[in-house]
Amino acid sequence: MSLRARPVTAQPRAARPTRAGVPPAPEATPRGRWHRRWRRDWILLAFMVPGLLYYAIFQYGALFGSSLAFLDYVPFLGLGGSRWIGLQNFQRLFDDPDFWHAALNTLEISLLQLVFFFPAPLALAMLLHSLTHTRLKRFVQSVVYLPHFISWVIVVALFQQMLGATGVLNGVLADTGLHTVQILGNPDAFKPMVVAQVIWKDTGWGTIIFLAALAQVDEQLYEAVAIDGAGALRRFWHVTLPAIRPVIVLLLILRLGDILSVGFEQILLQRDAVGPGAAEIIDTFVYFHGIGSGDFGYAAAAGLFKGVIGVILVYCANKVSHRLGESGVYR
Amino acid sequence: MKPRRGVRPAWQEPPHPLTSTAKAVAIVVVIALVAVPFLVVVSTSLASPADVVANGGWVIWPEHPSFAAYSQILAGGVVSRATLVSAGVTIVGTACSLTATVLLAYALSRPKVFGGKPITLLVLFTFLFPPGIIPAYLVVKQTGLLDSYAALIAPVLVNTFNLVVMRGFFQSVPAELYEAARLDGASEWAMLSRITIPLSRAVLAVVGLFYAVSYWNSWFNALLYIDTPTRWPLQLVLRTYVLAGGQIADPSTSEAGLLSAPQTVQMAVVVLATIPIVLVYPFLQRFFVKGVLSGAIKS
Repeated sequence: MSLRARPVTAQPRAARPTRAGVPPAPEATPRGRWHRRWRRDWILLAFMVPGLLYYAIFQYGALFGSSLAFLDYVPFLGLGGSRWIGLQNFQRLFDDPDFWHAALNTLEISLLQLVFFFPAPLALAMLLHSLTHTRLKRFVQSVVYLPHFISWVIVVALFQQMLGATGVLNGVLADTGLHTVQILGNPDAFKPMVVAQVIWKDTGWGTIIFLAALAQVDEQLYEAVAIDGAGALRRFWHVTLPAIRPVIVLLLILRLGDILSVGFEQILLQRDAVGPGAAEIIDTFVYFHGIGSGDFGYAAAAGLFKGVIGVILVYCANKVSHRLGESGVYR
Repeated sequence: MKPRRGVRPAWQEPPHPLTSTAKAVAIVVVIALVAVPFLVVVSTSLASPADVVANGGWVIWPEHPSFAAYSQILAGGVVSRATLVSAGVTIVGTACSLTATVLLAYALSRPKVFGGKPITLLVLFTFLFPPGIIPAYLVVKQTGLLDSYAALIAPVLVNTFNLVVMRGFFQSVPAELYEAARLDGASEWAMLSRITIPLSRAVLAVVGLFYAVSYWNSWFNALLYIDTPTRWPLQLVLRTYVLAGGQIADPSTSEAGLLSAPQTVQMAVVVLATIPIVLVYPFLQRFFVKGVLSGAIKS
């Protein structure tokens, strides 16, 4: 159907009549060039339609819908009819101790993840990389990647079955005559618990990128320093670590940009068991104020605040990584 | 079977026995940490309710295995319905998502396509600034999708990561092939279906499986957008009846409900919700290491 439009042909369809009745040389005017491109590309543009509709409505529509953070939003009146109140929602937000509490919880969990979860995939990747037995290595990889594909609902169910009040751990402790421990439903244990779940679910998956980086380290470097008498530790410090540093920096930047997101689904599933004191994070704060109480403008303000901070953090982290001579996420 | 041993590079000193032992222990522990929870859940779902109660809510191995819990949940109640909903949404959603993603990725992969640069930038920007829950909810409400199955598909139709991976893969198709096809008078549609798609089977499989897994695992969108419990997918039913501790109120199976301890039934639901993932996992795994990640690391 859409053959590439040729400049001038005998076919009347291709030689599109203009007002003057003379087919112009297509490159002659900007308009002509535009026509030519349109005729060549209209089918590609048609291909884009479903995807672009999705982006227009559900991404950009929602993005512009964030403007309701500046409105005294009344669902009945809609975005156009609700009153513009400027930064009042934000003012209220910054005066709300509950919000700061949620922000603090979020940061605490993020920090715990950074310290305990972030290095875990690197450690496991080092272990896997050191295995010389190929089939064993493949087998372990298959096993440790699996939890990544399991939904949070199931992960939480598994943890309940293992660590809950009537779970395996407490069953074994009781059988051996030891004290049982309350892990789930205990506000003090909530944050470490959340991090443990993330470690269980995503450590294996996280090894993939490190394994790819480790595989690309130049063997000759190892050989050279080994001849110079470097032991395993020094080889790691002087060869492995510098070689995989860009990957580590990249992942750190991504993590920093996401520092205010700490597993919304995961925490929403378990928030009610320990209460908002320990488990309210910014995302659940948004959810419960917006969807729960119908305070849409206020909740959207909290969500927008989080999004803007995220963009700023990515920008800064990227700048810093350029200063340090790394390539970062983007240029 | 003879295990194939890889070769230790010449420069590496032979491992100290203590190191080898520590490594072996570490590997066994890692595997156990992943495998034991699944084992316990499967065993508990297969055990007789009396054994489960006697042991305090779980068993590591079913002494008297039975499928009573499974026949109860599959007998046509809440769980059966939710399984059908999940399967339907997963199949239809994956088909829609894959179609939209392939078409957009192909169009954006063609050099100098009309509007290609700005569109790509707009798409990538959504990575940096994803819309929040509240505006997303209001958009779904405005478009009249609330409480419909479409609300589980349309708001997550295209995943930008999948799109970028696929576009990168399409761009690596040699330009000469397109050039030759064009000289033969092939349309863009013919090029997509006869050149691009046949050359990209691996990436199509991975992206399709990623979509399928995320549709199957999704529960929050259903919580947000679906009010009618009979339209809930399996994961949301699992969350509501198992995690939140509700009872599976189901008149059609209430008699069986008396015979079976809830714990075995609950664990059977967990297993049911996990099985499809475990079934497609080997296919996923075969492709993703080489297929997706090579592209992802480059971009």
